[in-house]
Amino acid sequence: MEHIRNFCIIAHIDHGKSTLADRLLEFTKTINQRQMQDQVLDDMELEKERGITIKSHAIQMDYTYEGKKYVLNLIDTPGHVDFSYEVSRSIAACEGALLLVDASQGIQAQTISNLYLALENNLEIIPVLNKIDLPGAMPEEVKDQMVDLLGCDRNGIIAASGKEGIGIDLILEAIIKRIPPPKGDKNAPLQALIFDSVFNSFRGIEVIFRCYNGVIRKGDKVKFVATGKEYIADEVGILRLNKEPREMVEAGDVGYLISGIKSAKEVKVGDTITHVANPCEKAIKGFAEVKPMVFAGVYPVDTSEFEDLRDAMEKLQLNDAALVWEVETSMALGYGFRCGFLGMLHLEIVQERLEREFNQTVITTVPSVQFWVFDTKGNKHIVNAPSEMPDPSKIDHVEEPFIKAQIITKSEFIGPIMKLCMDKRGILKNQTYLTAERVEMNFEMPLSEMVFDFFDKLKSISRGYASLDYELIGYRESNMVKLDILLNGDRVDALSAIVHRDRAYEWGKKLCEKLKELIPRQQFEIAIQAAIGSKIIARETISALRKDVLAKCYGGDISRKRKLLEKQKKGKKRMRQVGNVEIPQEAFMAVLKIE
Amino acid sequence: MALAGLYIHIPFCSVACHYCDFHFSTSLHSIDALVECIAEEMFLQKNYLPSPEIETVYLGGGTPSLLKKHHMDVLFNAIHKNFKLLPQAEITLEANPDDITKEKLSLWKNYDINRLSIGVQSFHDDELKYLNRIHTSKQNYQSVGMAQDAGFQNISIDLIYGIPLEKNHNKLQQSLRSALELNVQHISAYCLTIEPDTVFGRWLHSGKISAADDTFQAEQFVLIQNTLLQQHYEQYEISNYAKPHYISKHNSNYWLDRPYLGVGPSAHSYNLHSRQYNIANNELYIRQVKQHIIPAQIELCTNTSKYNDYILTRLRTKWGIDANEITKKFGIHFELINKKKIEEFMSEKMISFDENVYRLTKEGMLIADHITRAFFIV
Repeated sequence: MEHIRNFCIIAHIDHGKSTLADRLLEFTKTINQRQMQDQVLDDMELEKERGITIKSHAIQMDYTYEGKKYVLNLIDTPGHVDFSYEVSRSIAACEGALLLVDASQGIQAQTISNLYLALENNLEIIPVLNKIDLPGAMPEEVKDQMVDLLGCDRNGIIAASGKEGIGIDLILEAIIKRIPPPKGDKNAPLQALIFDSVFNSFRGIEVIFRCYNGVIRKGDKVKFVATGKEYIADEVGILRLNKEPREMVEAGDVGYLISGIKSAKEVKVGDTITHVANPCEKAIKGFAEVKPMVFAGVYPVDTSEFEDLRDAMEKLQLNDAALVWEVETSMALGYGFRCGFLGMLHLEIVQERLEREFNQTVITTVPSVQFWVFDTKGNKHIVNAPSEMPDPSKIDHVEEPFIKAQIITKSEFIGPIMKLCMDKRGILKNQTYLTAERVEMNFEMPLSEMVFDFFDKLKSISRGYASLDYELIGYRESNMVKLDILLNGDRVDALSAIVHRDRAYEWGKKLCEKLKELIPRQQFEIAIQAAIGSKIIARETISALRKDVLAKCYGGDISRKRKLLEKQKKGKKRMRQVGNVEIPQEAFMAVLKIE
Repeated sequence: MALAGLYIHIPFCSVACHYCDFHFSTSLHSIDALVECIAEEMFLQKNYLPSPEIETVYLGGGTPSLLKKHHMDVLFNAIHKNFKLLPQAEITLEANPDDITKEKLSLWKNYDINRLSIGVQSFHDDELKYLNRIHTSKQNYQSVGMAQDAGFQNISIDLIYGIPLEKNHNKLQQSLRSALELNVQHISAYCLTIEPDTVFGRWLHSGKISAADDTFQAEQFVLIQNTLLQQHYEQYEISNYAKPHYISKHNSNYWLDRPYLGVGPSAHSYNLHSRQYNIANNELYIRQVKQHIIPAQIELCTNTSKYNDYILTRLRTKWGIDANEITKKFGIHFELINKKKIEEFMSEKMISFDENVYRLTKEGMLIADHITRAFFIV
């Protein structure tokens, strides 16, 4: 066991984690040039394009140092705020972490929150200054930041470039010399932490685990503590570039388990694997059910494609346990699904995967969070969609989820960021200067305000120099109301939203204005109204289209005009009708684009 | 056998109009080479049409009125060499008022050009300037007068309406009065349309001008319609009005599913089975024709595309939609598949039904595209 090292890489998106991982695999000859494929750890196409790792994996390397052979398990961590729980479990599987910081960009919020997670788990931190080859690198300045943050020895920071292969040998040496070997007892009852799972359409779910105590053998009868389900270990093994079956995986090591599990739902990250016959006394602490935070309706563009979409959603869920959904119907959009997501990025990823992997273009409705509505009789109602909101006369009060948001930015952007957060009903809790120019701001704000365009706004007002991390801190009472949109008097359920009363008027006005831009003129006048209950709070009018005829059909170029009209007709076919008003798909997403 | 038309595109203009998105160049240096290539293209394409007999010739552009005698010689020699021009053929030339001189008129007569389409556009100098036309209102009167004096008895003028310089219709009313005084046989009235790839398009994008008000344009459309119908012009196509017997045969061919060959850069052709588009680039056009390559892309017509073409062209014209003809030509039961829409448009008085033919009413013409889309199969 003293020759095993389990470690992860903590880094902000684009700080070069995947490239560094590639170099480590090459340097330890885990993969050769022929097998080399850029950023091998990110094997979903989507991840490669976004340059972020969505689902964590692990890979084992052998490295001989001073004549001794070591086994190094690199545990990859997802790199986005929506997946902080998965990150925490991956970190719990390690004894050490490389803290990778881009020499041209410095430390970002997410890096810090993951670093805190690592420190809480007593991980040995190896600071690495990456991308030192870049012309914009500021190695000394960023080293100052790292020393301030870690209180580490300046000389302990390794200067590296994943791209150029600089410092890789020093990193490997540090992993062996500075990270402690795992502790554990292979004679104790089996206790292994599930920190990831991979979907395999032929063999079922591959469970990725870290064995703390005991030994797991092929053919063992095992039990998952949290779900209580029992399985036969059909295959166990270690993860190298490919899975390598072994007779057993022992305490201290990282491995995989295949036992014919079909649905990702049965495999919960953070759960403990033990033996049925000789179970461990306690589960590994830190298990939590991952709960969706953001809810939205997902509808097929063409109502006839509902069954295809259901099929796609079912397949998607097989390898995305965090995605939950149920069938929902909308007057405007027909049959669809109410889905729960970990966050906005997760929503976007699901949308993109539906499009790419299943060829399903979807309409996503106004994202919402989970509200707790208490009626006058004191009953609590869980409200994940505006349509579930009880009648206002029956509501005593509404509670909504609040988050703690941590933003790290350059001091010059404090003003605009403060304003943005205040506009989003945020409360500044504290503000700390990390260095003379970098400041950490902590806010409390409603999650519902974050789900719209907070990331985009934050990025644009800080010209990209702000990073964000958040965590849920609980529910608080808020004066929320359901805002409806009516077109020529007919309510469009898919455009309803739950908003704060103080903002309802402005919200309604802006939404009406946006819809006026997006809904094409028709042969009759269209009234767009925003209403709370029966009270109209805003109105816009789309005038009737008086003329719909192009001047020329000339010069023999008939087909150009024909094609134009054909294209317009195809577009019309994809529109949804409420009453007599035709609504284009973009209108359903309008809420997201409100300034 | 359907008789065919020949279109010749002359892609040169001395100045670019702010609204025009047709293909042309304002650099005239390659005009000799290009005219030679058009003549060569006629040879390359002589077998494109079902029959060599040509009923109409149309020189359009661009600005064909800037062609010199030696250009006209090259073109007409090629026409006669490669096709059989019927004795009563309609031969039209598009001309700008500023190009029309006595000499040009007698030159054109020599080639049996018997129809002139004169780009008058407006009778107000401020509007002409706004459109970046280089002639004056005075030149409009003079040029039409000269053409009539020279013996042209089939003259068409183009008018542009919906010019947003004023909110009222006084200028258009004056322009219409002036047009009527000229006593021309044919008037084309086009609504000013802002195309993306034009000066106006760029100004619209940058906010220098704003999008047209469609109520204003609709009112002007109706004003023109009423005025010209009163003066016994027939509105045989949405934008085209003619005195009896003076409808444009050439343009009508486009709308009546007849074959035509277009030569010159960006010209379009149709031979009942396929549509062909010439390359819209003078230099590449010359290069390809010099290598004896037909500089065109071909698109085969499908039954649906032909049906949609029929709906589109027939609705815009006085010939209208004949359900029996559709069944015969395309095997599609027009009334069956459009039952509800037909009822709806009939009850709204957007279309009429007369002697087995559906036509747009005057109100229906304002929403011709809407009705066309409704009947399209996509």
